[in-house]
Amino acid sequence: MADLGNFALILALCLATYAVIASVWGAHSGREPLIRSGENAALVVAAALLTVMVCLDVLLVRSDFHIEYVASYTNRDLPLFFKFAALWAGQAGSLLLWSSLIAVFTALVILQNRHKNRGLMPYVVAILSTTSLFFIILNLFVTNPFDELVAHFADGSVAPWAAPDGKGLNPLLQHPAMVIHPPTLFIGYVGFVVPYAFAMAALITGELGNKWITLTRRWTIVPWFFLGTGILLGGNWAYQELGWGGYWAWDPVENASFMPWLCGTAFLHSVMIQEKRGMLKVWNMILIILTFSLSILGTFLTRSGVVSSVHAFAASSIGGWFLAFLIVMVVFSLVLLFLRLPQLKAQNEIESMVSREAGFLFNNLLLVGAAFSILWGTLFPILSEAVQGVKITVGPPFFNRINVPLGLGLLLLTGIGPILAWRKSSSKGLRRNLTVPSVVAVGTAALATFTLGVKHPYSLVSFALAAFVTTVTAMEFGRGTAARARNTGESWPLALVRLVLKNKRRYGGYIIHLGIVVLFIGLTGKAFTQEGQFELAAGESAQVGRYTIRMVRMEERNEPNFQAMRAYLAISKDGRELGYLGPERRVYQASQQPTTEVSIHSTLTEDLYTVFASPTPDGRKGILQVWLNPLVNFVWGGGVIVCFGTLVAMLPDRARRRRLEQMMAAEVASRG
Amino acid sequence: MRPTQIKMVVGIGVVVGAVVWLAVSGFDESKAYFKTVPELAAMGPEAMGKRIKVAGDVKAGSLHRDPYLTTFDLELEGTTQAVAYTGKAILPDTFKEGAKVVADGRLRDDGVFEAKQIQAKCASKYESGVYPGGPGGPGGEAMPEAMRQAIERGESAPEGHASE
Repeated sequence: MADLGNFALILALCLATYAVIASVWGAHSGREPLIRSGENAALVVAAALLTVMVCLDVLLVRSDFHIEYVASYTNRDLPLFFKFAALWAGQAGSLLLWSSLIAVFTALVILQNRHKNRGLMPYVVAILSTTSLFFIILNLFVTNPFDELVAHFADGSVAPWAAPDGKGLNPLLQHPAMVIHPPTLFIGYVGFVVPYAFAMAALITGELGNKWITLTRRWTIVPWFFLGTGILLGGNWAYQELGWGGYWAWDPVENASFMPWLCGTAFLHSVMIQEKRGMLKVWNMILIILTFSLSILGTFLTRSGVVSSVHAFAASSIGGWFLAFLIVMVVFSLVLLFLRLPQLKAQNEIESMVSREAGFLFNNLLLVGAAFSILWGTLFPILSEAVQGVKITVGPPFFNRINVPLGLGLLLLTGIGPILAWRKSSSKGLRRNLTVPSVVAVGTAALATFTLGVKHPYSLVSFALAAFVTTVTAMEFGRGTAARARNTGESWPLALVRLVLKNKRRYGGYIIHLGIVVLFIGLTGKAFTQEGQFELAAGESAQVGRYTIRMVRMEERNEPNFQAMRAYLAISKDGRELGYLGPERRVYQASQQPTTEVSIHSTLTEDLYTVFASPTPDGRKGILQVWLNPLVNFVWGGGVIVCFGTLVAMLPDRARRRRLEQMMAAEVASRG
Repeated sequence: MRPTQIKMVVGIGVVVGAVVWLAVSGFDESKAYFKTVPELAAMGPEAMGKRIKVAGDVKAGSLHRDPYLTTFDLELEGTTQAVAYTGKAILPDTFKEGAKVVADGRLRDDGVFEAKQIQAKCASKYESGVYPGGPGGPGGEAMPEAMRQAIERGESAPEGHASE
């Protein structure tokens, strides 16, 4: 199996190299068959890399401990599901997943464009194949998942050796969210390579119209969606598994995934200005280059160990490779962009501050500003050491200080944007559209202050803006539906559904906005967290907010994989019994690592989050850490709404296909 | 430049200025010097009062856990630093003797480092560590004689490849 895997890797290496050469040469000399053969080679690369993945998974599932990777991340008692998922538990396997995903995306792009966009395709294939080539080289020569385990003898000799049992998967990773979180994030990271490749192909061929943007719309929203979902899943995992009561800590690895998401969000918005008004062509190029570079940088930060992180990936030699790849890629992209600058002149300019264009521009500014502030804070330890020789780190207060106001600014723009007209909004129209939402916003703030006692200014602003955006969006839906019902005589619900389906991109976008609003409400809840630490003997109780926690008993039990001690807690709110929570402390056999299993009483408005730290030294009492986290479920709920909105926006769109067909026809006509 | 463009430039300037101001003013309150144990020792009295993150390994036998005050020694390259953890949060699961730790806090006058926050990385977490029932892992220590004999008897197929 290992030999087959290595053979397939070498095959992929050769064919990816061939795909790059054949595509570029074919395009250069205008030989279509050569271009085709390059595409076919790239298709086989995908098949070969999938074979490599199957080989590695077979070894993992069979517990073949000759292989170092298998012995490092699994053990015999590990449930089958996790053996399977151990494919991406370590570095070599993660990189394999990366390269396979790129190859699969490349194959999909090729199959989609068998008869279209023949001018762009050779360069798209060349750029995609170069990227997968880089990962294949890493997998083959730097960190090979099929390396054999060797034993070091006392006399210095070395021999292959199979461990009797493996080291086991890190218990913290034995969680369903952790199984899907890495591949989800990877699809996000990797996926941005497709719009990037189309952008570069546009620069190389000089087909600089809106075509690359229209073609890659779905290829942009898919990775954006997966990256966002991956980030949320990661947060959800941290919340349920790590036992510190939160879901986001501005850890370098979290930041690494957040930065490309922010730039991708900016890109998704700013392409609309180019489509509608022929502006910001250079900026869009820069944004997609930035988004993809930040994806690579994210991998570099995660994998190189240059910044200390709670994600304890081993520091390895792979960082240098990524840095080199990143530098080559950025220089290549910027040189191309520079050469094409004269052809990327805007066809229009901004006519008014109160216009959709200006709104999008500020949206971009805030998103990219947030990304840069996060980049700055994340890289500061490295920069300060290089410049001053002192390693200085910044913590969460730094990131919150910048990103909370920027986030609120974005929320405001989310509300204003949809009611701004292209070119110039009339002040009369604005007044008509803004009055009701503003009143609702102020009313909400007043309500929050007087009935809930919210005093923190940011929280008040956040709730007010949430109400504002919701009202604006609801009015947009309402107006559209009313107009349609009036014109067609359809019933309101039918008119609403047809309205959305008729303009999926716009209304899908609005649904995403609503999801973001809900998510913001959840984030705001963080400001009202209460926490306490208690030592309770059986029968004793403690109070957190309106909740009472009574220790019933502590109990030990043995499982095949671990030993556990559980605290049984009776929970009541305002004297009303709610049931029991059972936070646990586990020690896993294979790693001897203690972990906490949190227990959460979750309701729509708040989570009671309990952690069993340990028994007291005399064993009589249990030490508990308890958090009362308001509105956490809004974070996950907002994420679900965003997913739904994305789905709507991604549904096939007849109008879009017609536009594309017209574009193709025009292209053919102009050539003919 | 036309008035609209001037307004745009001013608007952009205001946003950029605000971000920079937030970054600069937020920087001091959350910055911390990142030092290893020997680097902290080399700082001498200069370290007093500064917020520092100190990195080292928890010295075996030095860890005293108490619900309200955990004390231990951090060790790296032969230098040792006494640490008292006074934070409220529960120490992370990975915190134990031998673990790689970053303690976040300040150096007190009595020479003890008072940590408010502890980040721990368990050395065996992902890559290294020992195979159950086996010798040191790849690059590990010499193999015990009994294990070597077991392998020579063919109990765990020293040179076979399961795949063939």
